[in-house]
Amino acid sequence: MSPILFWLFAFVMLVFGAAVVINRNPIASALSLVVCFMGLSALFISLDAFFIGIIQVLVYAGAVMVLFLFIIMLLDLRVEERRKINLVAFVGGLAVAFALFVQICFVVDQLGAAKQAFPSLRAAKMDDVHNVGLLLFTNYNLPFQIIGVLVLVATIGVVVLSKRELR
Amino acid sequence: MDYYFLFTSLAKIVALLAVVLGIMNYAVYAERRISALIQDRLGPNRVGPAGLFQPIADAAKFLLKEDFTPRHVNTFYYWLAPCLAMIPAITTLAVVPFGSTLFGVPMVIADINVGVLFVFAIASLGVYGIVIAGWSSNSKYPFLGGVRSSSQMISYELSLGLAVIPVFLLVGQLRLTEVVRYQIEHGWMIAPFIGDWANLHKWLLAIPMLISFVVFMIAIFAETNRLPFDLPEAETELVGGYHTEYGSMKFGLFFLGEYIAMITGSAIIVTLFLGGWHFPGIPDGSHGWGWGLVNIFVFFSKVAALIFIFMWVRWTLPRFRYDQLMRLGWVFFFEIALVNIFLAAIILAYFPQ
Amino acid sequence: MLRDYVPLLLHIGVAIGFAVSALLMSVLLGKAGRRTRVKDTAYECGMVPQGETQPRFSVKFYLVAMLFILFDLEIVFMYPWAVVYKEMIVESKLVLWSMLSFVTILMIGYVYALKKGALDWKR
Repeated sequence: MSPILFWLFAFVMLVFGAAVVINRNPIASALSLVVCFMGLSALFISLDAFFIGIIQVLVYAGAVMVLFLFIIMLLDLRVEERRKINLVAFVGGLAVAFALFVQICFVVDQLGAAKQAFPSLRAAKMDDVHNVGLLLFTNYNLPFQIIGVLVLVATIGVVVLSKRELR
Repeated sequence: MDYYFLFTSLAKIVALLAVVLGIMNYAVYAERRISALIQDRLGPNRVGPAGLFQPIADAAKFLLKEDFTPRHVNTFYYWLAPCLAMIPAITTLAVVPFGSTLFGVPMVIADINVGVLFVFAIASLGVYGIVIAGWSSNSKYPFLGGVRSSSQMISYELSLGLAVIPVFLLVGQLRLTEVVRYQIEHGWMIAPFIGDWANLHKWLLAIPMLISFVVFMIAIFAETNRLPFDLPEAETELVGGYHTEYGSMKFGLFFLGEYIAMITGSAIIVTLFLGGWHFPGIPDGSHGWGWGLVNIFVFFSKVAALIFIFMWVRWTLPRFRYDQLMRLGWVFFFEIALVNIFLAAIILAYFPQ
Repeated sequence: MLRDYVPLLLHIGVAIGFAVSALLMSVLLGKAGRRTRVKDTAYECGMVPQGETQPRFSVKFYLVAMLFILFDLEIVFMYPWAVVYKEMIVESKLVLWSMLSFVTILMIGYVYALKKGALDWKR
C-alpha cells in the first residue's frame, strides 16, 4: 500500500476523530465522524479490501450517521454553552486514553500474530466479495442466521419503543 | 504508476465531466421545451435559433446574480450543503463504463470490483447535502423539506439496493464492466431472449429482470426527487423545500446536482439493464477508434432516451401524497423486489440452462 | 490496485474543484446588493416569521431511519450471496435455503412493524 496515502488518510482520521470530541455543536461532531469513516474506508480500500471499505461508507456514513443526524434534530440539541473544563474529568479521560494506548502497544508487542505479515489481498485469486460470500455460506452459515435473529430483535425493539412515543 | 496512465485518466475525467455538463445544460432546455410541448405552449425560443442558447444565458444568470447569505443561517454549513449535494452525483459517474475502448484505453475512469456498491454508497451520501441545507438554513420550510427528503431517499434506497440483486445473481460479479461484458455475450438484461428465441431459460429469466428494471427505474425517480416523487420541494406545500433560502450559484449547484443525478441514474440503468455501450451489430473499440467513438455515442444516446422518459413522466403524472409515497416504498416495492430476488434465484436453481 | 484507486481520487478531486470554483466564480462575478433587515429574515411566504425556526418533527422519521439501517444490513449481506450464488448452487441448494431462512427471520420483524402500523403514515 502506498505509504503517502496511508499517512494522508490516517492523518485525516485522527484530525476528524479529535474534532468529534472537541466540537461543541452536535451536528458538526456528527459530520466530523462521517469524514472519519471516509478516511477509514479509504484505508481499507488501499489494502485492497474494497468490499469492507465500501460497506463502511454505505452502512456507517450513509445509514447510521443519517440516523444520528435525525436524532440530534429530533432532540433539538442546541450548541452547548462554553463551559469550564472539569479538570478531574479531563485528566481522568487522558489517563484512560493513555492506558488504552499502552495496552495496545503491549498486545502488539506480546502477540505473535500481530507482528506477522499477512498475505496481501491483491495476491488472492478471487476478489474479496467472493471470498466473503464463500465463507459466509459454508463455514459461517449458523452465525449468519444468528445475525438475522439479532436484527429481528432490533427491529421489534425499535417498533415497540417508538410506538410508545406515538400514543 | 506512469505518467501516461495519469494523463489518460485525467483526460477521461475532464472529457466525461464536459460531456455530462453539456448534456445537463441541454437537459434543462429540453425539459422546458418538452414540458411546453406537453402543455401546448412554446417554451424558451428567444435566445438564439429556437432558443438553443438558453442554457448559456441561464448559466450566466446564475453567476451574475447577487451572492447573498442571509444572516439567520449557519454560514459554514450553508455554503457546504450545495457542494455536498452535487459532489456525490458527479463522483458516482467514475465507475460507470461509458464506452468500450478508445486507442486501447478502457472508457471507464475507475473499474473497481465493487462498482455497484460504490454507486450506492456514494449516492447514500447525497442525503447529507439535503439534510444540512435544511438544517443550516434555520427556517421552517427548508427544515421540513430536508427531513422529508432524506426520509424519502433512504426509504427508496432499500428498493434500489434490492432491485439490482437479480442482475448480480446472473453476472456473479459486482464490477460494472463485467455486467456490460455479460450482456454482450448473453443479451441485454431486460430482453435476454433476443437472437436466441427458442431458449426457455432466457424467457423465464426475462420475467424477474423486467420486474427489477421497473422497480429500479421507479426507485431512481424517487432518489433523484423527480415528480411524481418530488415531495421535498413540493411547491404548493413547502415553497422550495430544502433550497428555499438559497440563491445565485448556491441554488445553481443544487439544481445542477439534481440534473446530474438524473443523468447518473440513467447511465446506471443503461449499464445494468440496457446493455451499456453495446448495440447489436456494432463492434467494440478494438476494431478502430471510429467504432470506439460510436460506442460512446450509443451509450449517451441511450442515456438521452431515458432522460426523455424521465421528463415525460414528470410532466404527465401528479405528485403522490407523503403517506402514499412511504407506503409505496416500504410496502409495495420492498416486497416486490424481495420476492423478485427469490424468483430469479429459484429459476437459476431449478431451471438451469 | 493503485490503478483503480488513483483515478477515483482524481475524479473526486475534480468534482470538489468544480463545485468550489463554481461558488467562487459566483462570489467574484455576482452583483453586490444592499443588505436590509427584511431581506435577512427567513422566508415564510412574505409573512413575518413566527415561532421556532426548527419545528419538532414526528418520531416516525426516526423510526424510518432506524428500520432503514436494519434492512440495509440485510441488503449488504445479499451482495456477497448474489456473487457466489451461481457457482455454489451447482453443488447444493443449501445456499438458496440459507438465504431464504435469513430473509424469513427478518420478515417476521417486517411484518410485525407493518401490523403495528409503524410504516403507516396516515395515523
